[in-house]
Amino acid sequence: MSAPSLAAGRRETPATGPPPAAAPPRRTALWPYLLIAPTVLGAAYLLLYPLLRSVVISFQHFRTGELIRGGAAFVGLENYRAVLGSEEFRSVVLRTLVWTVVNVVLIMVISTVVALMIARLGRRMRLAVLSALVLTWATPVLAATTIFQWLFQSRLGVVNWLLVTLGLESFRDYTWFADGTSTFAILVTLVVWQSVPFAALTLYAGLTTVPAELYEAARIDGATSRQVFTEVTFPILRPLFGLITSLEVIWVFKCFAQIWAVSRGGPDGATTTLPVYAFQVAQSLHKYDLGSAISTLTVLILIVALITHLRRMVKQEGEHL
Amino acid sequence: MIRRLPLNLAALVVVVISVFPVYWMALTAFTPTKDIQAETPTFWPAHPTLEHFATAVNADGFWTFWRNSLAVTAAAVLLALAVALLAAFAVARMRWRGRRGFILMVFIAQMAPWEALLVSMFIIARDTGMLDKLSMLTLIYFMTTLPFTIVTLRGFLASIPPELEEAALMDGCGRAAAFRRVVLPLLAPGLMSTSLFGFITAWNEFAFANALIIKNQDDRTLPVWLSSFSNVFGTDWGATMAASTLFMLPVLLIFLILQRRVTSGLIAGAVKG
Repeated sequence: MSAPSLAAGRRETPATGPPPAAAPPRRTALWPYLLIAPTVLGAAYLLLYPLLRSVVISFQHFRTGELIRGGAAFVGLENYRAVLGSEEFRSVVLRTLVWTVVNVVLIMVISTVVALMIARLGRRMRLAVLSALVLTWATPVLAATTIFQWLFQSRLGVVNWLLVTLGLESFRDYTWFADGTSTFAILVTLVVWQSVPFAALTLYAGLTTVPAELYEAARIDGATSRQVFTEVTFPILRPLFGLITSLEVIWVFKCFAQIWAVSRGGPDGATTTLPVYAFQVAQSLHKYDLGSAISTLTVLILIVALITHLRRMVKQEGEHL
Repeated sequence: MIRRLPLNLAALVVVVISVFPVYWMALTAFTPTKDIQAETPTFWPAHPTLEHFATAVNADGFWTFWRNSLAVTAAAVLLALAVALLAAFAVARMRWRGRRGFILMVFIAQMAPWEALLVSMFIIARDTGMLDKLSMLTLIYFMTTLPFTIVTLRGFLASIPPELEEAALMDGCGRAAAFRRVVLPLLAPGLMSTSLFGFITAWNEFAFANALIIKNQDDRTLPVWLSSFSNVFGTDWGATMAASTLFMLPVLLIFLILQRRVTSGLIAGAVKG
């Protein structure tokens, strides 16, 4: 899991209100703009320009010829018509949604259970669980993909050995990566394994901020553990749940490295999600125009999916500044 | 004690599931090939060996890729740090029109769907002769870590009282000198942890390294090299796991250095949002 993504959770640090009015505004008319100029220039060239370029190419005829010679002609909505009209694209979108929902639901449920569990543990066991989660968190994506390929290796993999030892003889030399569904399942396991630490640790940190008096009061009123969670814990942590869910949706939806390194979207396209599909179409088939159209649609779908999160963020930041 | 048993068992399961894959990687890396290929796996290092590490380190280009990764990562992080420090200072210490909009854009840039820019970035790199160049990767990693670096440094800067600077200004320091002598030393831990997190992101990046370094194989970085392990090591899983271990080592080291901040600092920040 990447670090900025972790820290994307860091929305508001203790003292990030507006700078104190005492700071003298003299001679500052031009300075702030000079100070942010490198950032703005960098973002313009390395973020905004590629984004716009992607949109422009999606309206052009852009294949190998245009890549080499230049002079791509505009073709209106033709690429979008081709993409949206294809059966393949619709199945990729559906698969991407299934991929996102399955992963995010598993991540959120497991993380919540783990966080609640950590809060109830004794000191030593808690430290053990926290350290174990941090170790998982620290595992680089590409190290994790090679590890999982080794765990699920057909002849020498430890997973098959375990299953056979448990009496499931059909798993002897079972080739997980030859079957679409089992490859999909392994990728889900991998992504959930990598994502739970951040979500669980963040939720646990949130749990520790809930005042103990609230729990006591609920207990005295005779609430069951389940009621304590639904009536006390969850409502208080609701914004945190929302934030983590949104972040996980982003990461899972645009996940590329794990899928590409393990299966390249195969076998038979069983693990091809939108980002993988866009890359395949552009890089392997040299249809850069269709690839750009798919990328643009990917961004649009993500924005629609996260519109409430974005709106809340804009509103909250507005209040803080 | 007995009442807590199910809870502790559940905790044990979480620990095992979290740790086992990493343990298995390290164990395989130290296990002789004969034992790896045995019918029944061994779960502890019975005959530890370094032969797989030797294979991994002596593999074609290992040191080149290691150096590439380190150079790209270090350059990107330093560049991001310098640029972010300026912007964070403007945001945390000055009042100006457009400040709010700027911060919002930084937050949104943090969520940028980089994976959707693979195709256009490839075309831009090709048009500008930057394909197969490590400098292009450096620029991209700089931009992917920049928004996060600005947000974090702004937080650290805001926690340093501006009165300290003002006192230095009263004592006749220039604004730059006040910043260098007063703020920078206090900011050092923040700079340190921010850059280490940036380091991890850039070190781990795969998608762009895979898409933009195509012809010049000597310019590949470690993640891409590792992803092609079956071409490099075939079915030598010992060497593959040794290579993974060596790749993970710097990140693990950083997490150990940062451990307090990992579990307290960043998460505390997330909670207050």
